[in-house]
Amino acid sequence: MLRVDGLHTYYGRAHILADVSLDAAKGEIVVLLGRNGAGKSTTLKSIMGLVPAAQGSIRFLDREIAGLPSHEIARMGLGYVPEDRRVFAELTVMENLDVGRQGPRDAAPAWTPEKLFEIFPNLAEMRNRPGGRMSGGEQQMLTIARTLMGNPRAILLDEPSEGLAPVIVEQMARTIQALKAQGLTIVLSEQNLHFALLVADRAYIIEKGRIRYSGTMAALAADEAIRLQYLSV
Amino acid sequence: MSALVVQFLNGLASASALFLVACGLSIIFGVSRIVNFAHGSFYMLGAYLAWTLTRGLGWVGYGPLGFWGGILIAALIVGLIGVLIELVLLRRIYQAPELFQLLATFGVVLVVQDLAMAIWGAQDLLGPRAPGLRGAFDVMGQRFPEYEMLLILIGPIVLGLLWLLFNRTRWGTLVRAATADREMVAALGVDQRKLFTSVFFVGTFLAALGGGLQLPREPVQLHMDMAIIADAFVVVVVGGMGSVGGAYLAALLIAQLQAFMLLVPDFEIAGLTISIARMTLIPSFLVMAVVLILRPYGLLGKAPSHARTQASVEPVVRATPPILAKLGFASVAAMILLPLIADEYGLMVATEILIFVLMAASLHFMMGPGGMASFGHAAYFGLGAYGAALAAKHFNAPMEAGLVAGPVLAALGGILFGWFCVRLSGVYLAMLTLAFAQIVWSIAFQWVAVTGGDNGVLGVWPSIGKTGFFYLSLAFAVIGVLLLRRAIYSPFGYALRGARDSALRADAIGIDVKRVQWAAFAIAASFAGSAGALFAYFKGSVFPTYAAIPKSVDALMMVLLGGVQTISGPLVGAIVYMGLHEQLVRVTELWRLVLGIAIIALVLAFPQGIAGFAAKRFAKEDGA
Ligand SMILES: Nc1ncnc2c1ncn2[C@@H]1O[C@H](COP(=O)(O)OP(=O)(O)O)[C@@H](O)[C@H]1O
Ligand SMILES: [Mg+2]
Repeated sequence: MLRVDGLHTYYGRAHILADVSLDAAKGEIVVLLGRNGAGKSTTLKSIMGLVPAAQGSIRFLDREIAGLPSHEIARMGLGYVPEDRRVFAELTVMENLDVGRQGPRDAAPAWTPEKLFEIFPNLAEMRNRPGGRMSGGEQQMLTIARTLMGNPRAILLDEPSEGLAPVIVEQMARTIQALKAQGLTIVLSEQNLHFALLVADRAYIIEKGRIRYSGTMAALAADEAIRLQYLSV
Repeated sequence: MSALVVQFLNGLASASALFLVACGLSIIFGVSRIVNFAHGSFYMLGAYLAWTLTRGLGWVGYGPLGFWGGILIAALIVGLIGVLIELVLLRRIYQAPELFQLLATFGVVLVVQDLAMAIWGAQDLLGPRAPGLRGAFDVMGQRFPEYEMLLILIGPIVLGLLWLLFNRTRWGTLVRAATADREMVAALGVDQRKLFTSVFFVGTFLAALGGGLQLPREPVQLHMDMAIIADAFVVVVVGGMGSVGGAYLAALLIAQLQAFMLLVPDFEIAGLTISIARMTLIPSFLVMAVVLILRPYGLLGKAPSHARTQASVEPVVRATPPILAKLGFASVAAMILLPLIADEYGLMVATEILIFVLMAASLHFMMGPGGMASFGHAAYFGLGAYGAALAAKHFNAPMEAGLVAGPVLAALGGILFGWFCVRLSGVYLAMLTLAFAQIVWSIAFQWVAVTGGDNGVLGVWPSIGKTGFFYLSLAFAVIGVLLLRRAIYSPFGYALRGARDSALRADAIGIDVKRVQWAAFAIAASFAGSAGALFAYFKGSVFPTYAAIPKSVDALMMVLLGGVQTISGPLVGAIVYMGLHEQLVRVTELWRLVLGIAIIALVLAFPQGIAGFAAKRFAKEDGA
């Protein structure tokens, strides 16, 4: 579904990503683990075309998307949920959802606000509340719901558990599993290994812009040396 | 009492016209972050085209489209012209530094000015009056024109329609979302380019509609563009960039103040007649000053967020390589010998160039090391010129005193305006400097009793001959540039650059960022004032145009031509630009058109700025 090969990204002159490769098959949940500043967000932004990839190939649905403008990538059915939430503070919940709306797509779940409210019941009670006047957890739910309104085939989720209370984190994990059950492919970035263990099938570990490890979640859970070396646990 | 009511109604009518123009500017800025100088030109084009469609082709009555049809069709056509400009010009420079965007749209202003002149001629054109609205209401015994009453209604009607457009359509939702965070909107699958183009159409259409609706109120003429743009900028800054409601509020506030100022009788201070009623830009200034202190981003504005992902390339100041220092000495030596070989004309040109070297160096000091992009540097040039000229005229001051009075007045202006400006940054700061420059211009233009208004101050002759004046200018330029250079490499200069590169970090190591920038502002102003004072004696006269927008653009062009990152840049820029300008004015009537196209071409060729272009080329040599 999504395959990244030899990706290099720069901010100005700073070489941030070096030779990053990863892939995700249809219906799979893949997690990109790494400490703060490791390059997780930059990887997802590069895939999404928000930061130009200097070198490397990014294929989505067997089509090269490196160099395409973000909106075209989004229109192919790749959704993106940013780490810092970025809900439109002035817009109401319904308007936020409306911005993300796209037409239905083959082989992808078709969402409506009502269907989304079943997964995110909190949002249903605040349809007309401006995004800026919601709690952090509610905003996180809204950004995911907003991206789902585009009926994506796959989504990139940047640190969905960041800054959320433990109860909400568990709710988030259930949500992600529910999305997987709908056939959605998910690439998420995380620092939180426990959260990753709850949801992911496979893991990549990134450090200083390089992929250091890749394997199944079960293998990673068993490999304490790797965890100690690259993760803060 | 009835006079007050009528003034109030007048204020409401003016507010409508101002609102139409300003809200278009504001929504364009909100979404695209482009400060569109050409907005005033679209307003003017709207008026000219509406004149042509309703009256200009020799029809009896209002022509086939009728009065309203003519105004509407004219606005639509101008809207399409705006779309064309967006497609061929702006679309290529959305990622360019703000100053380059401002410059490019100013290039459009110059082109439109000459084209309008070529098409419609220089004479004022009287527009038709609105059908069925020629009469007047009786308002408490005073006559109030029906058409004005209609204008009063048009403001709130357009405001209401825009509200519906922005809050009840998906397009409006997308525009509001893009105003807050355009990158996120793109990541959700919305093509920003289409959104920008459509917003540009709406904004331009509104400006042109505002222009067309002026037909029954005032003659159409070539100064409409610059006259409206300053007011519109003030309204946008006061209301909050990107806020339609804010624009209406601000337009109302400013138009009402302007209307009521007309009732203030003239008074005298120390023998000078002060006519508040004629200084229509002063109330705008006062409102803007108060609002910016209380709410730096305007009445209903929001602090900018998520503007750019890419780290911007800041201009650096490199140490002068020895070769350049030697070149500098050599050129100064050559200049000293110049009077031996040059004829009088050559000497005049050289003197003028020297004066502008000083001007460009002062602007560079503010923009390069100071990191403050000024779009109104002519304010200080003009203040310097008027300081010298007024001292000579009203106090019979000798030239020596005049050359002190000029920079002092400019420094005072810099201290006053700088206090406000350093509270903002980036494009907000640039807009504010521009607004202050327009205020200086309007005082020079409108305070006729003191400044002579449009007629200027004449007979400001130097007490030395042409050769002597050349050497005086050379001394000012060399000493000025050396002093500024010293300041850049002094601890003050390091603090200034620290403040520019990271205000937060500079704050953390104990640099009072605002104070340092304020001081830099005043220093730059006083050097620009010296240039202005010299220029006054050089020309023997002073006019409001010395403080007008084109002078600010001249200075900017010099700095940008030479590059912001080196100290020698503005010197080279001043010489090249002045030389070209001189030649251009001599060879063609349409020099604005040529200059405008040259500016646009320059921006398109180097969208990252010549400085950025050079920085990239030299980056390899640095090996960093
Ligand atoms: N806009 C930017 N400009 C320059 N450097 C950046 C920018 N964003 C992130 N970086 C740098 O890139 C590196 C990777 O950042 P990021 O991808 O955000 O890491 P993560 O998401 O894993 O915490 C960090 O060293 C960070 O400082
Ligand atoms: Mg991150």
